[in-house]
Amino acid sequence: MRKCSLSNSTALFNKIAENATLYIPVDLEKGRVAYKKYADGMKMSDALKTDRSAKDFFFPQTENLMEFKTEGKSIEIIDNRSEAEDFVVFGVRACDVKSLEVLDKVFLAEPVDSYYKNRREHGVIVSMACTRPTETCFCGTFGIDASAPKGDIECYKTDDAFYFNAVTEKGEALLAKLDGVTESSDEKAVNEQKEQIKKVLDKLPLKDLKADEFGADKTDKFFNSPEWKNLSEACLGCGTCTFVCPTCQCYDIKDFKTNKGVQRFRCWDSCMYSDFTKMSAGQPRLTQMERFRQRFMHKLVYFPTNNDGMFSCVGCGRCVAKCPISMNIVKVMKTLGGKNND
Amino acid sequence: MTNVKEPLIPTVCVITDIRQDTPDVKTFRVLTLDGKKPFIHKPGQCAMLSMPGVGEALFSITSSPTNTEYVEFSIKKCGCVTSWLHAAEVGQQITVRGPYGNGFPVETEFKGQDMLFIAGGIGLAPVRSVINYVRDNRANYGKVDIVYGSRSKDDLVFYKEIIDEWKNDPTVNVHLTIDREQEGWDGHVGFVPNFVKEVAEKFDEDKKAKTTAVLCGPPIMIKFTLQGLGEIGFNKEQIYTTLELRMKCGIGKCGRCNVGSKYVCKDGPVFRMDQLDALPDEY
Repeated sequence: MRKCSLSNSTALFNKIAENATLYIPVDLEKGRVAYKKYADGMKMSDALKTDRSAKDFFFPQTENLMEFKTEGKSIEIIDNRSEAEDFVVFGVRACDVKSLEVLDKVFLAEPVDSYYKNRREHGVIVSMACTRPTETCFCGTFGIDASAPKGDIECYKTDDAFYFNAVTEKGEALLAKLDGVTESSDEKAVNEQKEQIKKVLDKLPLKDLKADEFGADKTDKFFNSPEWKNLSEACLGCGTCTFVCPTCQCYDIKDFKTNKGVQRFRCWDSCMYSDFTKMSAGQPRLTQMERFRQRFMHKLVYFPTNNDGMFSCVGCGRCVAKCPISMNIVKVMKTLGGKNND
Repeated sequence: MTNVKEPLIPTVCVITDIRQDTPDVKTFRVLTLDGKKPFIHKPGQCAMLSMPGVGEALFSITSSPTNTEYVEFSIKKCGCVTSWLHAAEVGQQITVRGPYGNGFPVETEFKGQDMLFIAGGIGLAPVRSVINYVRDNRANYGKVDIVYGSRSKDDLVFYKEIIDEWKNDPTVNVHLTIDREQEGWDGHVGFVPNFVKEVAEKFDEDKKAKTTAVLCGPPIMIKFTLQGLGEIGFNKEQIYTTLELRMKCGIGKCGRCNVGSKYVCKDGPVFRMDQLDALPDEY
């Protein structure tokens, strides 16, 4: 285990930024927290969560896929993919680390999405254990341990120091480069923090939320539940939940005409929108109830069915905090999850 | 990076022939720029066609894999990309990627079976691929019946091929129908579901048992045809259909065509009726 005193954090960040673009969570105005490209002296936020997850680094909200030049009846495809730059995302919480595993299941499954894979290969995740999980947190429901956040390098921040453990080869390589700004340490402080985190986790209001009732092959059990109507009644279909969600990955592909040609880009889309499934031949999900149901059935049943039981929710609580009508996956699970969630 | 294959990046191809099949359906013949077939496919599979700046959309491949020269798409004018295609001329380049989806099990479950093909309107487009595949591998399949209907005689897609080739094939029985009486039409008049029942009712029990039905058309036609086939003793394991949902990626990632735990673009578009029944009713 390596240690870097907090008073030395600027030197640490500068060292990381020497070899790769570094992103750290930063406090912005009006209580917003976002990852920002590190510049000398920048202060890291102590907030529990960034408003948007680390998903953006690997699956950005919009990205150009290719360009076309057209002339008369001819088309030329311009493949302008290039090797991604090496980058480090610092301070990713356990839930968001796990979300990348969920996204991997989609984008790295054959046929592999080369845009995503490129960024995954060049990105290093330095995680951060959660010393102050909050009332909207329920990562434990999905078997995630906020005191063991994983990533490429597992990081703990105490009152006076960062502690690092490399988890993957990529993590080892980065940590080796930081020898000059870190020192060897025992695990005492980290073990104490882990105990402390477990105590906080035990007091969380959602600590008893169970996902056991959901999972693979439970479509018939939940699809026709009369509860969907009540649950979805107030849903505005704004899609906020999907945009702040670290595991939502549905996308749209569209063309944009520029002066020089056509850009084909990909952007996030949402199953909460009526346009998502609308065809000239008809609309298979006519009401918001059906669209609302799709989102939660996908996270709690369909995705686990296709991925060895892995849920497509990591309990980060962003949708709980951001939904304008205070509807969320927790309420859905409590309502449909039967006696386990009384 | 650029030498890594990216499934979303298409190939430039060219339209080499356009045939006006009905007032709103055209069939496009497509080749690579060096005059080859853009891909090898299975009957029932689909491909993404696009015109940069207009959009990309998924279409069923209507030509049979046994056609070694070209692939064809029969496209009804109904939206943005299709309207653009209908205005296109021979020599126009388009982009193609695919083929996508599972296709019909022509080399497994269909082998040795009597085939009953049922289609309504543009629904014949994907079915034509299987019909011609079966005709070109005739020894592998039993008797073939084709029941096809449209609103009017003018809306029967592939009419020339049906009359010149399928009707003249002694190993194939073609049963055509149109919805309403029309001058110059002395064939059957009535809706496809009733006509299918009429045709299949005459099958003896032995033939019914060894028949596989392939069904494609508007949802309402599928619904009543299934009902009719059920009444005369067909079970759901004998009936296959192909679905159409909105798709963007074609490779099971963009999420649009997700129905239950299946992605229509990847796990479909061909489903056996009992498999389809196991999915939520959202297609």
